[in-house]
Amino acid sequence: MKRTAGKTAYIWYCRVKMLKDLVGIKESSKEDIELILSTASSFKDVLKRDIKKVPTLRGKTTVNLFFEPSTRTKTSFELAEKRLSTDVLNFSVPTSSVVKGESLYDTVKTIEAYGVDFIVIRHSSSGAPHFIARNVNASVINAGDGINEHPTQALLDAFTIIEKKGSLQGLTIAIVGDVFHSRVAKSNVYLLSRFDARIRLIGPPTLVPEMKGYNVEVLSDMDEGLKDADVVMMLRIQMERQGRGFFPTTQEYFRYWGLDMKRLKRAKKDALVMHPGPMNRGIEISSEVADSSQSAILDQVTNGIAVRMAVMYLLSREGENG
Amino acid sequence: MPGMTKELLNKKDIERILSRMAHEIIEKNKGTENLYIVGIQRGGVHLAKRICTRIKAIEGVDTPVGSLDISLYRDDLGMRKEHPVVRRTNIPWDLTDKKIVLVDDVLFTGRSIRAAMDALMDFGRPSQIQLAVLLDRGHRELPIRADYVGKNIPTSRGENIEVQLEEDGREDGVYLVLSGEDA
Repeated sequence: MKRTAGKTAYIWYCRVKMLKDLVGIKESSKEDIELILSTASSFKDVLKRDIKKVPTLRGKTTVNLFFEPSTRTKTSFELAEKRLSTDVLNFSVPTSSVVKGESLYDTVKTIEAYGVDFIVIRHSSSGAPHFIARNVNASVINAGDGINEHPTQALLDAFTIIEKKGSLQGLTIAIVGDVFHSRVAKSNVYLLSRFDARIRLIGPPTLVPEMKGYNVEVLSDMDEGLKDADVVMMLRIQMERQGRGFFPTTQEYFRYWGLDMKRLKRAKKDALVMHPGPMNRGIEISSEVADSSQSAILDQVTNGIAVRMAVMYLLSREGENG
Repeated sequence: MPGMTKELLNKKDIERILSRMAHEIIEKNKGTENLYIVGIQRGGVHLAKRICTRIKAIEGVDTPVGSLDISLYRDDLGMRKEHPVVRRTNIPWDLTDKKIVLVDDVLFTGRSIRAAMDALMDFGRPSQIQLAVLLDRGHRELPIRADYVGKNIPTSRGENIEVQLEEDGREDGVYLVLSGEDA
């Protein structure tokens, strides 16, 4: 262990070694996840102060590289970055259907030559962040890649659940909707299964993969799936990825897999309702549920900033760019 | 573990020192009015609480005590491969126009104190910040000095000082550790 001369060494003053990138929950250890979640609670305190900014990443530069439209994730990252005092560069790339490996490589190499320390990337191709992480020295944070993962969302969901329920262990968590296209659902399954939560995936059979190798129960009947659940996570129906006949109409979808008050009663009395946003009110969730006291949807938004600050703090290391 | 350690202070010594410091704090501030005590995580927090207990015993008043984590204000974050764990900061008051006694276990380069003062300023504009440390081991890199010093201990840079406190599950004691590493 390298000891810096600047501080007396305390045995209990533990230091933590972090990874270079956060590309997915799949690639992160349980210890990494626990560390991020515990660090996030300190950052949540910062967000409650009058002065919500800390000088931690002064002099560092972050690029938000979004190849897919995003409002809330991008805003959340940008706020987290600003509150950590890094300089922020928004590199918006017009939506294009296919970005070839090589041009993505060139884009990222160009950005790296600007001397950035963090690259936050969202891309429609699964695995794009992994590809970039292998090719740059900057820390890469996945803000959603294709139908693969959205790790910071799963982290903020876990943080929110722990905040409300005390822990993840032993909870029954129902994830409802288009699991197949949902990177949020996948990251959540990877994370929750590490913490011994009981996971139920509920939705039309065309949209719910079995997820072999993970301890999940797949159900198409929502009433059965919600029974005694501690947490109900609703997923957004991704209209932009439909049109291949996964389900007949949105009205019919709501009738079978939408969450309204009557259905929510099948879950535990104090069940938590979550949604990663943006919501399609009346399609996957009724307004009454979304605005109810059981809804943690706005807590998720607030916690997202704290969790992203924690991730960036923990990934920051000695100047990769000299 | 490093081979050589030498006891500098035992439990009794620490108790006497903290009692003296509590008296000094009260004397210098002519009481405890408008006085807030803030410990730096972690050792400083334990010491701050103990000083408060002693002030209460002497003056019969409760002095507010808070905790401060300075990880986010350090100037050497980018120079490390490892990060300090961010611990809780608990300062539920506006510090504007308050007298603050900042408490830490060891005063060394002064960089932690610089960070702590920056952090405090984010909670308001204190009328005064005083510094109390259990040990001053020298080697300052910044123009910072303590108002209350438990004990001055000359050290070389390659040595380390280890403060063990009951609150962390060990017997009170301060040890000089010869790490064998050159600074």
